[in-house]
Amino acid sequence: MKAEFTIKSERCKGCGICVAFCPKQILALDPLGKIYVADQEKCIGCGQCELRCPDYAIFVDRVKEAGAK
Amino acid sequence: MIERSYEKYFRRNRLPHLWCPGCGNGIAMKAIVQAIEGKDGWTQDNTIIVSGIGCSSRASGYMDFDTLHTAHGRAIPFATGIKLARPELNVVVITGDGDCTAIGGGHFIHGCRRNIDLTVVLFNNNIYGMTGGQASPMTPIGKRATTAPYGSVDRVFDACNLAQAAGATYVARSTAFHVQHLVKMIREGLDNKGFSFIEALVQCPTAYGRRNKLGDPAEMMAWMRDNAMMKAAWDKLPEEKRPEGKFPIGLFYQSEAIDYDTAYDHVIDIAGGR
Repeated sequence: MKAEFTIKSERCKGCGICVAFCPKQILALDPLGKIYVADQEKCIGCGQCELRCPDYAIFVDRVKEAGAK
Repeated sequence: MIERSYEKYFRRNRLPHLWCPGCGNGIAMKAIVQAIEGKDGWTQDNTIIVSGIGCSSRASGYMDFDTLHTAHGRAIPFATGIKLARPELNVVVITGDGDCTAIGGGHFIHGCRRNIDLTVVLFNNNIYGMTGGQASPMTPIGKRATTAPYGSVDRVFDACNLAQAAGATYVARSTAFHVQHLVKMIREGLDNKGFSFIEALVQCPTAYGRRNKLGDPAEMMAWMRDNAMMKAAWDKLPEEKRPEGKFPIGLFYQSEAIDYDTAYDHVIDIAGGR
């Protein structure tokens, strides 16, 4: 895992911009149209989702992997 | 999570904003606060946000500065008043394509002509979104609107060319897809002493995209990614080789000229007998 997600779901309107621009395709919308992280292990921490979220609902913080310097 | 430093510039109790899902205005609003955050000495107490009427102009209600939500098309006159009465304040104007080039068209060109020290950010969504999708002066030819059900036949304003011709001293364009570039363009506009104009292309999936079958918000942003060309690359192409439908982004024009506050100081000096 390279990054931690914080999702302010009360702000998410389910527009799907982060889902479409995620280079690893790890984000998805739940049945209520809110964003969730489907496969966090594959996240590379690029922050593209946070960059283009028009509702300031998703935040990515890079974390150091265990054993990494 | 560490709270993002720009969040303090939002009225967080007002969020989520009322813009439609996927609207690009949110991206452009964040770009403005990030640009302001990067300016030394610009605080919430000495920065004023002035906006007109329209979807774009709702942004002032979500930004925690001294804000002014004014009459339709009249944001620049109000901002001019603030800047003349209190020249030490930093004034940013948020406007839309209809607000700025149609209803406020006269005010816009005369603001440029006077070269008053404002930064005007135009959120161009190509349509009057809030009132139900009427064609604006920046709706592309052939695109549908409620007032143009067979496609618009009106020729389009290029707001950047308009600003430059009218005398603005900083003119740039960017898009909601190119977020970091947009922040940079706005930031440089804030740095410029004089009239700075930045056109931010934003997607309107509800009133414009849906009617013109442009797909979901992400597809509209992908269109910006695929059709915007950096100014440097655009300039290298001879005119006949410039691809149809593509458009340049970047800094178009910058010049030095006396700004209106400085010019007016001379009047104050003469009238005061100094």
